Amino acid sequence: MEALFDFVNQNIEMIYIVVLMVFVGIELISHVPAVLHTPLMSGANAIHGVVIIGAILVMLHMDPENYTGLAIGFIAVVLGTLNVVGGFVVTDRMLEMFKTKK
Amino acid sequence: MDIQALLNISYLIAAVTFMAGMKMLGSPKTARKGNLIAAAGMSIAILATIFLHEKQIPLLIYTLIFAAIALGTFTGWYIAVKVEMTKMPELVSFFNGMGGATAALIGLLEYVHNTDSTYKIAMIVAGLLIGSISFSGSMIAWGKLSGKMRKPVRLPSYNIINTLILLLNIALAVYIVAERPESPLYLYLLFALALIYGIMFVLPIGGADMPVVISLLNSFTGLAAAFGGFLYDNMAMLTGGVLVGSAGTILTIAMTKAMNRSLSNVIFGGFGDTGGSGGGESIQGSVKSVTPSDAGILLNYANNVVIVPGYGLAVAQAQHTIHELEELLESKGVNVKYAIHPVAGRMPGHMNVLLAEANVDYDKLVDMDDINPQFKNTDVVLVVGANDVVNPAAKTNPSSPIYGMPVLNVDEAKNVIVLKRSMKPGYAGIDNELFYYPKTSMLFGDAKDSITKIINEVKNM
Repeated sequence: MEALFDFVNQNIEMIYIVVLMVFVGIELISHVPAVLHTPLMSGANAIHGVVIIGAILVMLHMDPENYTGLAIGFIAVVLGTLNVVGGFVVTDRMLEMFKTKK
Repeated sequence: MDIQALLNISYLIAAVTFMAGMKMLGSPKTARKGNLIAAAGMSIAILATIFLHEKQIPLLIYTLIFAAIALGTFTGWYIAVKVEMTKMPELVSFFNGMGGATAALIGLLEYVHNTDSTYKIAMIVAGLLIGSISFSGSMIAWGKLSGKMRKPVRLPSYNIINTLILLLNIALAVYIVAERPESPLYLYLLFALALIYGIMFVLPIGGADMPVVISLLNSFTGLAAAFGGFLYDNMAMLTGGVLVGSAGTILTIAMTKAMNRSLSNVIFGGFGDTGGSGGGESIQGSVKSVTPSDAGILLNYANNVVIVPGYGLAVAQAQHTIHELEELLESKGVNVKYAIHPVAGRMPGHMNVLLAEANVDYDKLVDMDDINPQFKNTDVVLVVGANDVVNPAAKTNPSSPIYGMPVLNVDEAKNVIVLKRSMKPGYAGIDNELFYYPKTSMLFGDAKDSITKIINEVKNM
């Protein structure tokens, strides 16, 4: 129980951010027409590629002698980049087609 | 220069672009710009992470990071540009899996450095568990959608087995967090178990439900990224991750609603399993087959035509051809619209993306709720490779597995022309009585071929 209280006390700002972001996420999606669900899912998919920051941080703090660690970190950065770049490019390709002809 | 402040500002910019980008993605006019803004914010966050710190980084590590980013950028760009529009859904699943794998690998690497803190181990374990499930699940979903594995695989009593594996995962995760063992072996075991759970979780789910699963796994990866944000005290990861986690969950629920099913029904109850006996009986009656010339005449002399596109249109790559037919009919004074069922194709909005690719006017695409009252005044409905979304059994036959799913009321139109390859049932695996109605004409063959033939007939009239 004490560990939980410690956790709350030390991270109260982040907990607030989580709660607020949950509401922002719900608000942003609720008014979207069904036609945009696929591009939206794809765009959200690209945004969670932000996890790549974690992979870069791991690499920056890695002991240069730890070759296994470097190899796994390298793969993590490659996969994270795939998620980010692939995600945004695919979304852009989908949206490129939504042209209104007037 | 205060490097820390610059880093924080960069992350703040990234977080704002994620929110603004998502907001703009919600409207057709601003969507593309929104995506680019989020991408710009992401680039700022990544560059800031690499350059804005006080530590001296060995050249080897910098080289590796840049090589990895270059390799990932090139590969990701190449795949995303090369893949055909019809394969978009599985591509999203693939990239989602990559994000999940990244989260899992971070957990594997960080564990040994953090065994002194329960809090950090808890974040690592949570990120690894969710990331791994998202990775292996997405890979299975990818395989299913790209046709590598078609049939849902169901072990006997898979629900019990899956629940057991999940409980085992949770028990092991709790043990690791509570005991914080020095050796990472337990974590490796958890990694393996989570991968197995991801596979077992998606395997029994049918291909038609994959969009829902992908959307769910998408929000999982968002959560995994958010746990990474807690681990590193990183605001960009936290905001981005939680945003996708919550938005993804809402999107998942919206999709299941469009299919009139609950999320637990998708996960625990196989499609077509529940009412299989009732819907399985074949329908008595004969089917009326017509020639392209007959279809052309019907269309040419109609006032109002509604086109219902389905997955068959995507498979036949007929989006450009159908647009040509639409323009031809419009030039002859026929009023043409497209009726878009929320789950037509393999993903909500899949048909819109395809038709938009063929330059079909956005205003001509009408949502189900808006078009349904108009079918009474429609002379001809042209169903192109759609099946379950026009099946009247969903309204009339309580024993049908799709009973209760909202469908397009094409049976209310005066005439229905169905372009279909064969009498093979659709994704739900059930017969469609619409095809046996007296007002329904079937035109068998590849959708693109058939439409081309109809175009030639109409041109000669």
